[in-house]
This record gives sequence, structure tokens and C-alpha cells, in this order.
Amino acid sequence: MFKLLEGPQTLGRGRLFWSCFVAVLAGALAYPLFADSYDVGNFAYFLIWIFMALGLCLMWGYGGMLSFGQTLFFGIAGYGYGVLAINMGGGTATIAALVLAVVLAMIAAGVLGYFMIWGGINGIFFGIVTLSATLVLAFFLGQTAGPEWHIGPARLNGFNGMKGMDPLTVGDFYIEGSALYYVMVALIVIVYLALRMLVNSGIGNVIVATRENPQRAEMLGYDVRKYQLLTFVIGSGLAGLSGALYTSWGQFITPSSIGLPAAAMPIVWVAFSGRSDLTATLVGSFLLLFGFQTITVYSQQAALVLMGALLLATVMLAPQGFVLGIGKLAADWWHGRRRRDDGAVMAEAGRLRSEES
Amino acid sequence: MSAELFSLFYQFADVFAFLILSAAGLAIVFGMMGVINMAHGEFIMCGAYVTVGLVNLGVPLAVAQILAAVTAGLIGVLVEFLVVRRFYKRPLDSLLATWGLSLIVTQSMLLIVGSAVRGIGTPEGSFVIGGYTFSTYRLVLFGCAVAVLAGLYIIFMKTRFGVIARATMQNAAMARALGARTGRIYAISFGIGTGLAGLCGALYAPTMTLIPTMGATFVVESFVTVVIGGANVLLGTAPAAVFLAMIRMALNASYGQIIGQIGMLVAVILIIRVLPEGLSSVLVRRGR
Repeated sequence: MFKLLEGPQTLGRGRLFWSCFVAVLAGALAYPLFADSYDVGNFAYFLIWIFMALGLCLMWGYGGMLSFGQTLFFGIAGYGYGVLAINMGGGTATIAALVLAVVLAMIAAGVLGYFMIWGGINGIFFGIVTLSATLVLAFFLGQTAGPEWHIGPARLNGFNGMKGMDPLTVGDFYIEGSALYYVMVALIVIVYLALRMLVNSGIGNVIVATRENPQRAEMLGYDVRKYQLLTFVIGSGLAGLSGALYTSWGQFITPSSIGLPAAAMPIVWVAFSGRSDLTATLVGSFLLLFGFQTITVYSQQAALVLMGALLLATVMLAPQGFVLGIGKLAADWWHGRRRRDDGAVMAEAGRLRSEES
Repeated sequence: MSAELFSLFYQFADVFAFLILSAAGLAIVFGMMGVINMAHGEFIMCGAYVTVGLVNLGVPLAVAQILAAVTAGLIGVLVEFLVVRRFYKRPLDSLLATWGLSLIVTQSMLLIVGSAVRGIGTPEGSFVIGGYTFSTYRLVLFGCAVAVLAGLYIIFMKTRFGVIARATMQNAAMARALGARTGRIYAISFGIGTGLAGLCGALYAPTMTLIPTMGATFVVESFVTVVIGGANVLLGTAPAAVFLAMIRMALNASYGQIIGQIGMLVAVILIIRVLPEGLSSVLVRRGR
């Protein structure tokens, strides 16, 4: 099973890559020992969004389905966590609320995905329909200000957002600060490694084959719609995980984290990073989130203008993504220096080329 | 009785005009080039701001609206030349590029102009039928929507440009081989599309608050109309608008705006399960 951690669908293999991985992980684990608790909380905040980016990477980069609806499922699970946590009471029940909220987002993704995928919606319309659904949810939640909009004791509160839910709790222990940070790091490692195994497994190969040529995959005997639906549900579920964690992190969620321009953010992270590789997405999204947060301190609009410019620049200059491109260059240089005529480099290059079509 | 009937027609006309005006520009660009312009809402915003700016300078409303549409059209030609042109072979990338553009424009406007601008108020004038009062401007909007459809019919079916444009749409390589300058056709079509977006913004500017994010009010309606309309403006977008307007009108009247919008989205999701190519595919097949 651990053989699947490396394979043709993911970059990075061998001792060097995994040494780097362990070094970064060790650095991440040691970080709270040196930093003050405010910075640790901020770091935990960046890490929340990584799941959403990895989910989009799976759907878009590996599955070829460009979903603009990551914040739709983020919102469903975010609000779901809030409603459930308030209704079920605090304590260990919040863990159940987290799980149920993610399941809720996955069910919603299953229903929406069924209608789109079985209807045979193609690339562009897939994006537009998911974005429409996202905007409608944002509009709907935006007008739920009145006291009549409540689920049990949980008030939705329109644009002001929902608040008053407990953070994640085990018994009497609130998972906050560095505890939350460690939970995030653990979850990211689990999700990252699990996704690597998924895309290198038989299922992952069918997902990639469907991206390359749906007709051919179908002729080979696979019901591509089931694989697409599975990809969509997993990818959207990861967005849901981000949403539920976000609500529990700040004990607060508003419709503005669903609508425009929030919906564009995952697209920018993944496009800039390089959608066709999980590691590139992980690294690139983290860098962008860090940079975005730094600029947002001065002006949120300026940060968003920069994000738009980055998206435009990526599409015009490096459609494969900047981080992935730089990573490839470094890897090629490294391999080329050691073994000039190594077949592995050619295989990597071939993988890139086939995606351009 | 006739007053109730007219009231129904009035509500239908209101939604129909909104759908046609907001979707026509998007549908033309999609039909001609297979590109969805994600900055569509920003061209609508541009039309609205130019209109209000000119009216505040003392230009009569109707003139300001025409100038606003022309401005949006010219900016559209420029955007086509600088950005969209590179992506005709990569429609998904054009989606991302125009989305990037939309983010840049909206947020820059927020930075430069600020959140709200003094509006210009809906033109007065109303009439009474059987005890109900109706706004004349809403009927003017309906008239404009019908005029837009008629204008597009004339441009694409009765002029030389229209013949070449339809030939380009059907087979761009063949049209180019026969001497049509397809690049120019694309640029003009994109300009018409964004000009219509500008017209939409210009026409609705007096009825709403001007904020840089106002484009978002229109995009859902225009997207869903194009999604179930398909690639043909006259045979797709118009019937789609009629159909959606009926659903929307019925739900609006009984449950309010937001349920109307949700109901419309649900209807669209159900329809794409049955007709993934949109209404125009069915109508065009029937016509042959």
C-alpha cells in the first residue's frame, strides 16, 4: 500500500524527496516551540485553506473538472458545523458536528454532481453551473438577517454572519492555539499522503485517463461518470473540511466567505501553483496564502487586485503553473546533471506534454 | 380581469427583460467563439458607471445610455485584442483569464471610486390600469429587450457581416480560406457582446445602487440563461429567457425574490440533466 505513495501521477520520489518531506514536517512540528501563540494561530489559519486547494487540485488537475464551487461546499460545511455545534451543544459533540458537516457537503456534492455529470456537462459549463450555485447560496445566506431565519437556536444572521458555536472540543479541552495547529498539520499530512495514494492507485489512473480522453476511457470499459462523481465528491468534501475547520477556528462564518471574490481564490492558488501535481499545489497555496495575508494587512482590495493579476499572468505566461514549472526546472537540472540520458526525466516531460492538449 | 392579466404580463416582461438584457452579450460571445466572458458583469458595471457619470455632467439619459454601451463595446474590442485573442484554442483558460480581469477591475474600482456613487433615480412616470399602478420605465426596458433581439436578428441574418459571422461560427478555417478576416469578425463580435453588456448596465443604472460589485447581481441570471439556452442567441437565449421568466415570475409572486432565484437555479440543474446541449440544440434540430 505504501508503494502507492510514489508513482507516475505524482512528482517527487526517492530518498531526497522524502528527506525534504521529513525535514519540512519536523520544522512544522517544532515551529510552535519557538513562535509566540499569536503567530501559531495565524499559521493554523493558513493551513485551513490547504484542504480546499488540494481538493480542487484533485478535481481540476487530475480529473479535468474545473469546479468553481469550492466555496459552495466550504459554506455548506461551514454553516453546517455552526448549526450542528449550536444544536448539539458543545463538548465532544463538536467533533461529531465536524464530521457530519463534511458528510453534508459531500452529500450536496453528490446531488449536484449527479445532475451535472450524468447530464454530460462539459468543461466550461461545469464551471459556470457550480459558480451559479455558489453565488445563489451566498445571496440566499445574505438575506437571512431576520429572526425568522434560524435552525433550532442557531441564528443565520444574514451578512453579519453566524456566531456563537463552540470550537472543536474534546471533553473539557478546547482545541485552540497550538493544539489546533498540530491537528491541522496532522490532517494535512494524512490528506496529502492519502491523495498521493489515491491518484497513484488504479482508481487514480482511471481518473487521469478520463481527463486525457473520456471516450477512450469509456471504450476501455470504465463507467467514467462514476469516477468523475467520486472525484467531485472527494474534492468538494475537502472544501467542506476547510469550511468546518474555518468555522470552528474563528467561531464565526459569513456569506462573504462563499460569494465573489472568495470563490476565485482557490482557483488562483491552484492555477498559480500548478494544478497537475499535489505537492506543487500544497507548496504554492501555502506561499500564496502567506503573501496574501501579509498584503491584506495593508489593503484587502490591493491584495485581491494582485490575485487577479496573478491569475491573468499565470494563464498567459505559464498555463501549467509557476511553482510546478520552477520545480520541474530544478528537478530536470538535478537529474540532468547526474545522468544526462535518464529515461525518468523523459517520462516526466512526457507527462507534462500530454496535459497541454 | 384584464387588469390582472396585464399585471401578470407586466411581471413577466420585467423578468424577461432582465434575463435577455443581461444574457444577450454573454450569449453572443459564447455562440461565436465558445468563450465565456467572466468579466461580463464588469462590462455591465462599466455601462452603469459611464451612464451615471454622463448624466451627472448634464447629458440627457438616453444619450448617456447609448454612449455607455458604445464605450463598453470599444473597451471590449481592446480586451479582445490584448487578452481574449490568445485563448480561442483554450476556452477554459479564457475563462480564467477573464476572471482574473474581473477581479482586477472590481477591486481597483473599489480602491479608486469607493463603495458607493450618487445614483440618478428611476425616470418618473407611471400609469394606472384597473387600480394597479405600473412604472413606465419597466415597460421601456421590456421594449429595449425586444429591440435587442430584433437588432441581433437583423445584424446576423440580414447583413453581409452577419453572413460572414455565421460562416465563421460554423467553420472558422473554411471561412478564413474563403477570404473572411475571422480575427476581425471575432473582435467585432466580442465588441457587440460587451457593448450589449454595457447597454444592460446603462439601462438598469437608474434602478439600482451603484457599487463596483454590482456585476454580480447580473451574472447568475446571465449564466443560467446561456447554460440552458445553448450556443444560439435567437433560438436558444430567447426561448430560455421566456421559460425561466415564467418560473421566476410564478415563484417571485408567491415566495419572493430569493426563492425565485433558487427555484430558477434548481430548474436549470434539472434541465441540464435532460438537455445538456441547451434548448437551442432541440430547436435547431427541429428546424432542419
